[in-house]
Amino acid sequence: MPGLRNALDLERGVISSDPADGREPTAAANPDADRGQHVGPGPGTSRTPGVRTGRTRSRSRSHNRGRGAGALRLISPVIVLAGWQLASGSGLISAQKLPPPTAVWSTGLSLVTTGSSAYGTLQGALAVSLERVAAGFALGATAGVLLAIVAGLSRFGENAFDPLMQMLRTLPLFGLIPVFIVWFGIGETPKILLIAIGVAIPLYLNTFSGIRAVDGKLAELGQVLDLRRRELITAIVLPGALPQILVGLRQSLGVGWLALVVAEQVNANAGLGFMISQATQFLRNDVIIVALLVYCALGLGTDALVRLIERRALRWRMSLAAR
Amino acid sequence: MAHEPGGTVTLMPVVRASGLVRSFGTDTVIDNLDLDIAHGEFVALLGRSGSGKSTLLRALAGLDDEITGDLDVRGPVSIAFQEPRLVPWKRLLANISLGLRTRAPRDAARAALAEVGLSGRANAWPLTLSGGEAQRASLARALVREPSLLLLDEPFSALDALTRIAMHRLVLSLWARHRPAVLLVTHDVDEALALADRVLVLSAGRISSACAVTASRPRPPNTPELTHLRNRLLAELGVDEEGTS
Repeated sequence: MPGLRNALDLERGVISSDPADGREPTAAANPDADRGQHVGPGPGTSRTPGVRTGRTRSRSRSHNRGRGAGALRLISPVIVLAGWQLASGSGLISAQKLPPPTAVWSTGLSLVTTGSSAYGTLQGALAVSLERVAAGFALGATAGVLLAIVAGLSRFGENAFDPLMQMLRTLPLFGLIPVFIVWFGIGETPKILLIAIGVAIPLYLNTFSGIRAVDGKLAELGQVLDLRRRELITAIVLPGALPQILVGLRQSLGVGWLALVVAEQVNANAGLGFMISQATQFLRNDVIIVALLVYCALGLGTDALVRLIERRALRWRMSLAAR
Repeated sequence: MAHEPGGTVTLMPVVRASGLVRSFGTDTVIDNLDLDIAHGEFVALLGRSGSGKSTLLRALAGLDDEITGDLDVRGPVSIAFQEPRLVPWKRLLANISLGLRTRAPRDAARAALAEVGLSGRANAWPLTLSGGEAQRASLARALVREPSLLLLDEPFSALDALTRIAMHRLVLSLWARHRPAVLLVTHDVDEALALADRVLVLSAGRISSACAVTASRPRPPNTPELTHLRNRLLAELGVDEEGTS
């Protein structure tokens, strides 16, 4: 009996199914929280499954519309591209300020095939940038999720870490750059740390509120089933918080890319940002635009990756929508 | 059953509780309650809502740290909740084997699913199950742990009448096969009389009456014995039926 009684050594009531827990006053005021614009402490404990279901259903419907819808979505970008080309061709836009799409394309091609003495090759710069963002992301995501687990599962952890994370959240991230340069010099460390902090905060906030929103009845079930703490975390707490964690993941990837762009334009000697700052000095707007487009593609790519993870990891919810 | 080194079966009850007290604020829900449950005994606990049935059950399940008094429960204890409480992101089989510490948990879980007639749904997501299927799965999860005490917290109350009858049969056959002691909390007098060896009434925080049901199962509901007991229990619960008091 005592073993069973103390199986869950979580503090009682930390995971609460009680919507009146009231820790997050923003909950009611944030109907958009589900869509991922929300960076503050998450959408709270009162989410009903119904809200989730609705969202899932609408997504699977748009999924069903299939290729036709995808092709339709290409029309407006193609029109803009064509207009850009025409305006450049007719001299409406000076090629020095904004080179035409064809020029951007050939610049991109030559950056890949031959490279240049000033910027190196595009893929070389890309590799450096990816490495930075991967290192920063790994560091920040690990820290953010671990801190959120500790803070989410105990009042002690919450009191220890939550105030610090809330303070860090209000710091303007890029305002840190000067101090980081003083502290860490101009090498890789400040760049990776900047990305890590940018990634950690939205992941922390969303994971924390996701954990607090896990159904208290399932935590109780874990106690009845005599789950070990590790099992409880991997089988109940994290999967339960996963929808919210994925919202956080998407936000943190966004911030991560942003931090990369900014960090790389400060004292870098390789990478996409370095390519941009070099190109600025040589007034090569075409190179700048190529680099910006690559950033775009990277952002879109990671977003698609998260959607893929979402579709796979949240299949249990899709099964409800499919009925 | 617990076997002593000598090989004799001990007669220690599975549950031995005396002087249990549990208050919420100034409200004493369990008030100096005594309860023994023997090995393999099927006990039903009746009470009006708010009488403390669930509080007592949670205490026996080890979910209540604040109850006082002497409470000795010879485990393992399993519980089937009022709502099936399956983990929605685990497929059915993984739900049954969750936390199971036997040598081949998945095989044991598969066998348990077969026992409740859900072999074909081992791979289903819980949200796709019907109410009856989910409740059967919940029973399988409780039984796969081979409990010496099985706690049932009104697990049939949300089911339709036909499904409930099927569940009663299932519970009786599972009980006959595994012989755990069962404590069924219910507010349904007929359910209690159909299933239990002993029916207890909880009121004002203690067991206010107990009656043994000796009829052999399955029990037709309208025998003189059961009718008599039903009237008596309803009166205990404060419900008058057909002029009897």
